[in-house]
Amino acid sequence: MSDRSPNDAVSGESALFDGAARAPEVDAARVTGGSPDNTHDVIISLEDVDVYYGDFHAVDSVSVPIREKEITAFIGPSGCGKSTVLRTINRMNDLIPTARVEGSVTYHGVDLYGGNVDPVQVRRHIGMVFQKPNPFPKSIYDNISFGPKIAKYDGNMDDLVEESLNRAALWDEVKDKLDDSAYALSGGQQQRLCIARAIATSPDVLLMDEPASALDPIATLRIEELMYELKQDYTIIIVTHNMQQAARVSDRTAFFNIDIQNGQRAGRLVEFSETATLFTTPSEKTTEDYITGRFG
Amino acid sequence: MSITTRSNKEATRREVDRAIRSGGGDWRPLAFQGLLLLALITSFGILVVLLTDIVTNAWPTIQARGFSFVTDGLSLNPETAGVFTGIIGSVIIASIVALLAFPIGISAAVYLEEYAPDNRRTRFVDTTVRNLAGVPSIVYGLLGLAMFVPLVRMIGLGGSTGGKNILAAGITMAALVLPIVIITSIEAIRSVPATIREAGFGVGATQWEVIRSHVMPSALPGILTGTVLTLARAFGETAPLLVIGVATGYFAPAGDASILDRLTGPYTALPVIVFSWSRQTQAAFADTLAPAAIVVLLIVLFLLNGAAIWLRNRAEKRW
Ligand SMILES: Nc1ncnc2c1ncn2[C@@H]1O[C@H](COP(=O)(O)OP(=O)(O)OP(=O)(O)O)[C@@H](O)[C@H]1O
Ligand SMILES: [Mg+2]
Repeated sequence: MSDRSPNDAVSGESALFDGAARAPEVDAARVTGGSPDNTHDVIISLEDVDVYYGDFHAVDSVSVPIREKEITAFIGPSGCGKSTVLRTINRMNDLIPTARVEGSVTYHGVDLYGGNVDPVQVRRHIGMVFQKPNPFPKSIYDNISFGPKIAKYDGNMDDLVEESLNRAALWDEVKDKLDDSAYALSGGQQQRLCIARAIATSPDVLLMDEPASALDPIATLRIEELMYELKQDYTIIIVTHNMQQAARVSDRTAFFNIDIQNGQRAGRLVEFSETATLFTTPSEKTTEDYITGRFG
Repeated sequence: MSITTRSNKEATRREVDRAIRSGGGDWRPLAFQGLLLLALITSFGILVVLLTDIVTNAWPTIQARGFSFVTDGLSLNPETAGVFTGIIGSVIIASIVALLAFPIGISAAVYLEEYAPDNRRTRFVDTTVRNLAGVPSIVYGLLGLAMFVPLVRMIGLGGSTGGKNILAAGITMAALVLPIVIITSIEAIRSVPATIREAGFGVGATQWEVIRSHVMPSALPGILTGTVLTLARAFGETAPLLVIGVATGYFAPAGDASILDRLTGPYTALPVIVFSWSRQTQAAFADTLAPAAIVVLLIVLFLLNGAAIWLRNRAEKRW
């Protein structure tokens, strides 16, 4: 792994403020992520994953290997199935009655959809942070302690809460009001609370579905710095619409697109490679069009 | 600044001025507003007239008897007759309702919303429950007479009334409000944001943990409001009680009767007292005692409604 500091990771700061609605050009100079050293093992492997919602074929034959302690970014236009693929990894799609997953998703070589696999246990290993901050309507402390409590954590809860909030870079802001409602926090603080809540159960993998899309540029920056820190211990998969964000923080990037065949729309993986490669010398024309904003 | 731009500005100003001022002219919005106001005044007016009439009629009794009207039992003498027996009866009926209908109704709602598969059968049950809530109360009285009175007799609690006692009344009322408890609980559970559920599942909670720790606490204010209001219903309903044999005459249990004898013996309820007094040939009962009993009943209902609002606010204020 390279030794870039979090500050380097966000050196493309000005890019955050250029306010373009969608896919402004990402030039090579701004790509700070993405030259992983290939020393990490594959921890999650999606092979030929198809997802259906009822009759609707949402995701068609996606294969992506996710490596340990790297940040993998999923990018692509709205509706191409990024969230759907992400949610297959911790079986959140089980909550949608019409959703059906085919193909194989393995975690450390274990089929996550095999018989006897308990989705609840899967989610304790593979945590999730959602697009909109969604703290529980409870105190800050209870938000963090809920996960460990149900997982029968037997260490010191106060310490765990402090450590989790610390890791999410929120401790200093909330240490004096742990008993206050989580709803009293700002949007950015709430999202960091949700990250703290996710890491409190000490998962291996963190799934983040557009974690910064509801946040202002400063808060976004903090989340990105945070991801950079967390990467030391966690495998992170992030869905993002923000091209600069993908370029800055991720090691590898998967580009999805909506493919129309025989009048059927389905999400497909177009290209998956190291972030630096994908953003500078993409091998597919569609990828290039998308990342340079010449799309559609 | 040149004269031309200034006059342009002036022209623009006039145009904008005209555009954003109300056109006047259109009478329809005003007429509509007037109609709405009229509807409000009418319904409120009826309520005021009704209340004034009742309180005016009740006033002599309230003045002459004061609080002893509430603490005195039934009597054939209008000077000493009070509603205490009815209050006790209604409180016992409401307690049985709370004991039976709340746990059963809330559990049924949780099952329907959280566990039942979303299929035709579930939707059929849901629709049926909603229709049951609209069934006239007298039908529940017939149900009580056909099922709950024999049931109470069968389990040996028929007492001197052969099952036509307050236990059967409580069970009948519970059946009457059960659909309402289920529906209000379902609505309250449905209004819990999906994001809270997702958050719970996301940290590895089981369905039961999500329901217990997140869904129910968030749904509680709504459930409480709905259930307390059904208590008001149990207090006010008269028709089913008349069908299943509430005592409209007078009874005085022997001073040494056991609690079981009292529970299984003849009983009456507050609205039934209003009903039977208003049909009395003795003028005093119909003219002023019945209205006074209505005032007591209304005060109880207002208190229950107040309690519902208070409970909801308290539960909501927590976060
Ligand atoms: N619960 C659902 N039921 C039915 N169809 C769904 C459901 N969720 C998503 N879809 C469909 O699946 C496709 C992929 O959706 P998904 O949410 O994965 O897209 P996405 O790439 O995350 O989009 P966005 O960037 O807008 O979040 C879309 O066509 C969407 O309409
Ligand atoms: Mg999405």
